Formats: sequence, C-alpha cells, structure tokens
Amino acid sequence: MPDKKVTIQATRFDPDHDEKPRLQSYEIPFSDESMVVLDALNYIKSHVDGSLSYRWSCRMGICGSCGMMVNGTPKLTCNAFLREYWPRPVVVEPLNNFPLIRDLVIDMDDFMHKLKSIKPWIIRKQEIPLGSGEHRQTNDQIDEFRQFSECINCMLCYAACPVYGLNNEFLGPAATALARRYNLDSRDQGLTQRLPVIADTEGVWECSFVGECSVVCPKGVDPAKAIQQTKLDTTMRFVLPFGNRE
Amino acid sequence: MEFESYDVLVVGGGLAGIRAAIAAVEANPRVRVGMVSKVYPMRSHTVSAEGGAAAALAPDDSYETHAFDTIKGSDYLADQDVVEAFVREAPVEVIQMEHWGCPWSRNPDGTIAVRPFGGMTTWRTCYAADKTGFHMLHTVFQTSLKYPQITRHDEAFVTKLLVEDSRCVGVVALDIRSGRFDAITAKSVILATGGLGRVYAFTTNGNICTGDGMALAYRAGAALKDMEMVQFHPTGLPFTGILITEAVRGEGGYLLNNQGERFLKRYVPNKMELGPRDIISRAMVTEFEAGRGFDGPHGKYMHLDVRHLGEAVIDRKLPFMRELGREFVGIDIVTDPIPVRPVQHYMMGGVDADISGATPILGLYAAGECANVGLNGGNRLGSNSLSECLVFGAAAGRAAAHYAASARPVTANPVDAMLWDEAHRVEAAYLEKKGGDERIGVIREEMQKEMDAGAGVFRTRDGLSRLARNLGGLRERFEKVKIEDSSRTFNTEITAALELDFMLEVASAITFSALAREESRGAHARLDFPERDDKKFLKHTVAFHTNALAPRLEYSEVTITNFQPQARTY
Repeated sequence: MPDKKVTIQATRFDPDHDEKPRLQSYEIPFSDESMVVLDALNYIKSHVDGSLSYRWSCRMGICGSCGMMVNGTPKLTCNAFLREYWPRPVVVEPLNNFPLIRDLVIDMDDFMHKLKSIKPWIIRKQEIPLGSGEHRQTNDQIDEFRQFSECINCMLCYAACPVYGLNNEFLGPAATALARRYNLDSRDQGLTQRLPVIADTEGVWECSFVGECSVVCPKGVDPAKAIQQTKLDTTMRFVLPFGNRE
Repeated sequence: MEFESYDVLVVGGGLAGIRAAIAAVEANPRVRVGMVSKVYPMRSHTVSAEGGAAAALAPDDSYETHAFDTIKGSDYLADQDVVEAFVREAPVEVIQMEHWGCPWSRNPDGTIAVRPFGGMTTWRTCYAADKTGFHMLHTVFQTSLKYPQITRHDEAFVTKLLVEDSRCVGVVALDIRSGRFDAITAKSVILATGGLGRVYAFTTNGNICTGDGMALAYRAGAALKDMEMVQFHPTGLPFTGILITEAVRGEGGYLLNNQGERFLKRYVPNKMELGPRDIISRAMVTEFEAGRGFDGPHGKYMHLDVRHLGEAVIDRKLPFMRELGREFVGIDIVTDPIPVRPVQHYMMGGVDADISGATPILGLYAAGECANVGLNGGNRLGSNSLSECLVFGAAAGRAAAHYAASARPVTANPVDAMLWDEAHRVEAAYLEKKGGDERIGVIREEMQKEMDAGAGVFRTRDGLSRLARNLGGLRERFEKVKIEDSSRTFNTEITAALELDFMLEVASAITFSALAREESRGAHARLDFPERDDKKFLKHTVAFHTNALAPRLEYSEVTITNFQPQARTY
C-alpha cells in the first residue's frame, strides 16, 4: 500500500498566542509497519510543521521523555505502534494532570520537587570507607527492591492517577515507589528520615486503591504495591513503637 | 543584566557531568556548582547504556591486563599513561557507585559480579542486569540531589562558551521554557555533553546526541582530536537502530550469517563473538557484500542467537533485551533469533583534553564521550565508556574545583556585552529571520544519509571527498533555513536549528580528519589504505576550527609507556 496514510490529531497550545489548547490534524504517510506515534510526530516536525513541540530522546523506552496521552491513555510514544490504531485517527495530547507549557510539553517541576523530598539516596548512620570495598548484597536482596528501581520517571503513572488529578499535594505513585526502592535496600538506613514525607496526610493515605498507576507503567513497576506496603510499614511503626525496621 | 555565577559550571547532566559535579563538591564543600543541561538529567543518553562498566575487580584480574586490552583495542592510538591511570581508578569508582546505591548484579557471596565483554581477555565488566547505564545514571542523579551546593538549570541549551582573554568564564544558555538568554558565569566550565551520533542516520544514539559540547569547544578555539574514530556497534536493530547489548554475546550469544554459520571464525577465530567492535562490524559488512546476510525491509542483517542460553539465564541477565525484542521487533528472544546490523554507536574522538580533563583554554575542562582524553584511541572496548565517565568525570570535577579556588572572579563588564552579542546572533539567525525556504529536518536527513554513505564502516578518498563537498552544500543551504515557530515558549525548532548547526560543524571535522588519515587503524578503515601505517600515523589527528569548511589539521604524539605497537589480531 504505497499511499497508506494515517491521521494524527495533536494538541497545539502556545501560551504566547493561544487562550486554550486545541487539536490540529495532520495526515501523514504511514510508510512502514514499524512506525510508532513518535515517528509520526517526527515526520510532522521535519516535513509538515516545524513548530510542533514535544520532548523525546532515546526512542527505546528508557529515557522517559516521550510520555503523552495517546487516544486517551498515557503511553510512551516511542513504543506506541501506529498499526495498533490505524485506520482510526490517533489523538496525541499532553499527559493528564500536569500544567501545560506548550503543545505536548508538560510542566513536571512538581515531580522533581517530590523526588528530592523523599531523599532518594542511600542514607547510612555511618558510611563505610571506599577502601573497605562494597557492601555485600545478594541477588535475592536486590530482588526485594529491584522492580521499584526500574522507574524511568516518565510520569505516565501520575497522568493515570485519579487522586493526583484531584490533589497534586499527593506524593504520587513514582515518588512513593522510589522511596520504597531505598527503604527496601539492605544498604539503606534512612526509613525514619523518609517516613515523615511518605506517611504525611498528603502521602500514601490519599491513595484510593485504584491501581491505574501499575497498569500504565511501561516498565512493570507496581507503584500501587509500593503504596500499600508503605501503609503497612507505617502502621507497623505506630503499633510497634520500636518498629520492625531501621 | 542579571546572571548566575558559580565556581564550577558543568554543561551536561549525564554520568560524566553529574559525577564531575559531585566530585567538585566533595573536593571542596564550599564550591558552588551549576549544572546546565538541555534535558532533565535523567533523560541523558547514559540511560541507554546496557552492558556494563569495566573495572579490574575480580581476584584473578590485574591492572596490566585491563590496560593492555584497552591499548590493543585502541589499535595503539590510546595514550598509555592515561590508560594506566584509568584502570587503577575504575575499581574505586565502581565501589563508589555501589556505596551510592547502584544495584550491581552480584556473585553468590554478595560481591559485585563481572561478565565477559568484547576485547577483554578476562571477565571484568560490572553490570546491573542489562540496564547498567540506566541504573548508574539514576543512582548518581538521585545521589546528586543531596548536595545543596549543586544548582541545576534543567532544559537550558548552551549556545556559546564565554571566553575572555583565552579564559573560559561561563556560557550563554537559552532557557528553553521561557526563551530567555542567560549568561551563566563560572570560574571554570566542564563540558560533559556526550556524543554526536545524530550526525548519522543509523545510530543507537538518542535525539539529544548532537555533539553540542564538541562544537562549542571547537568554535571557542579548543581542538577536536581523532574525530575520524567513530565506533560502529555490531548489533543494532534494523530500522530503529536500538542497541542490542554486547552482553548478549558476553553471555554466550552467537552471530550467524544466512548460512547459519558463526562467520566470525574467519575474522577473529580466537575471540569469536567476543572480538572487538570495529573488527566485528567490518566482518559483518564484508559478509553482507559476499551475499551472506539476510535481506529485510530495512536492509541486510545477521542473526544474533541466544536461544541456547535458555529462558532462566535470559530473564536474569538480559531481561531488557527480551523486552526490547518483544516491544520493538515483535519477537521473543527465548525462541527467535534477533535481527542485527552494524550501527553508529560511539565517538572515540572529542575535545582534546589532558588526563584531568583540562583543555588548552584556561578554565575549560571536558569529560565523558564529548572529550578525548586519550583513553580510547582508534576503538573503544565495550564497557570502558561508563567507567570512563566516572573516572574522568571525577577527575575533571576535582581539577575544576581546584582551579576555581584560586581563579579570579568573573566580572560583569565583558560578560554583559558577550551575552547581548550572542542573544542577538541567535535571534537574528533564527527567530527574527524572514524568508528562507530550507527545512531543518530535510537538511538534517540529507546530512545523516551523506555521513552514513561517506564516513561509515569503510571509507575511501572518493567517498570522503564527495562527503566533504556535500557537507559544504548543506552548510550553504543551512544559511537559508526557514523557522516556522515564532514562539518564545519551548521552541524546539530553534533548538533543532542550533543542534543542526553544531552537527554540521562536527560532521566536517569527522570528514576532513578521516580524509587525511591515509591508513586503516581501529574504527577508521580505508579501503584505499588497508594497512596500519605506524611510521606516518601513530599520531593523534588534532583539528582546529577555521572560518572555512575544512579545519586546520595538526598531529600530536601518542604517549607510549609499556606496550610497543604490534600486529592486532584476535
């Protein structure tokens, strides 16, 4: 099919000129079955309309830049295949629940602050010197936190989270998962420093078990599980004054 | 005009840049560090590195063998003093990463595990499954958040280095979100902007790898060294160029031609799939030309076969490869061979810098892929680059902090004028320009096709000369470029134009450096000069920017300490 076409409807919004976002339609060649939504955006930018703005880089599902709403679902556009939508038009919009900067570009400053707030680094009462080598850690101990360390900060979970949509004070799925990643690391002793942030009233207790975050995660992270585990951890610390973990 | 001022300013937020920022602060806690990146740091291309980071950690390993493997791998173009320092620091840095939380895969006793890798004579590649770069980048980025001395300028695009009296005093950066030009001044500047793979059409590199730091330094008067040395990785997925890690072969995968034959027995019989990248990529192209490749809709390819490893090993050690196969090719690598072909992957060349990252411009340092400190020579061994980012990022951070402690402060007077000039240059060239009928995307695609054709795995004088002429034509067309986006807010057409400007610059440095090296060494394979010529070319190519398309080329000595050049066979 040499003349196969696909219609892309992309959000356009320039705060310098527009009052509100609108959809713009582009019909472009669907020249290869391997094409993804990101390829379509790149075709538009290179050949049709250079003013379309969006973020992307690795196009292999690991840098986390290219998350957008594709036909209403949060997706990494680099692995959303056009063939799965064609011949219907593909509607590409900025991720839900974030302030819009321009076109398909969202403002994720809020997440960057939240990430820092959960102290996503190894905290120890006493550092061991470099000269004494590595901490011993088994692959089983890594498996305890491995999935939570796979978060690529793509923001799809925030776009899917109904609680975050209503109240952006909520710490949210990815930040909670990353706090969990450190709390479960056998090298870390920072749980008590992180608890005030993650057990705050705007923290894990806000989650209403919807679980959409885990469904949309492109990396198989289960933030909903992290949130439930954190609730349990926090409860245990109230019930048992000395806690079961340090 | 207001401007931020730092002791140390790092340009680039990948592994080398963040490691440099932390090293500067740890060297002197009073140092104020700025970090400017055109993307959020965790988007940096380090994230795509898969296989691992080399360090002589295993009990049966030694600094000497790591050094020798690296030097032989470089086809003797590496500076041996630099290599010797590198192999001693790499294990320290890997342990440092462990202390910061990197989830290195482990041996049963809980120590850091190593895997075999191409060109390495023993197992020395530390890994975090097959997402090593991802885990290392997120580890250093998240760790960097604990240092209040580090201030980030995310999504700011550096357009020019501020150089006053041969001293670098900061940068001019376009804040992408607001469209505002800022002078960010500093007593010292570290370039850590990564590679330039996007000058090629078929590359593993992300969209952001456009050689910015190389072009910035080049235009400021620093030199680009060994730019003809471009690495082609043997195993990229056709069409997308997505990297299939060398760890697939390290773990025992086979490369098969269309006869089902492990054809590497004709090229690297002693190492087979664990031969170095330059030789394996040439072997694949040679096999393609002999009709022994598979034909697909996106060109010729080979099979990379891991079926014999079994699901358990694949899921434990190569889970991301299985995911990439499933999501991007529609295959399960447990039951299907992976289609692969050589793909541009890494730049050995870069900003000419010494062992501490210092360039001849006072206060200007470079580290990581954008630098050429002399580690990789003609061909980098797989898994040396992540370690390079750590070792030389840290070295540059310490050196820059040390220099900044005694450097005189930057004054507003010349900076204001330089900022004004640069903002007007960019605005006149792009934002306020009327007319023009050339599309950025079209020029970029033509440049990429030309580079694939003329400066690929094999080169000739004719092909490179044609490429040079065509790059000249593209440069002329670039002057007539049309910018459709008139917005100040997140104008990615302007950043694309700035990137293309930089890419045309570094593409010509590659081309002319390759034309002048009339021998074959490492990744630079000339069909018209198939032999290595140590008499004439055991030298670094050093390219200086001129006002013409062609650089001014000089040559500098390679430092030889303990390893005399010998024939490079595997």
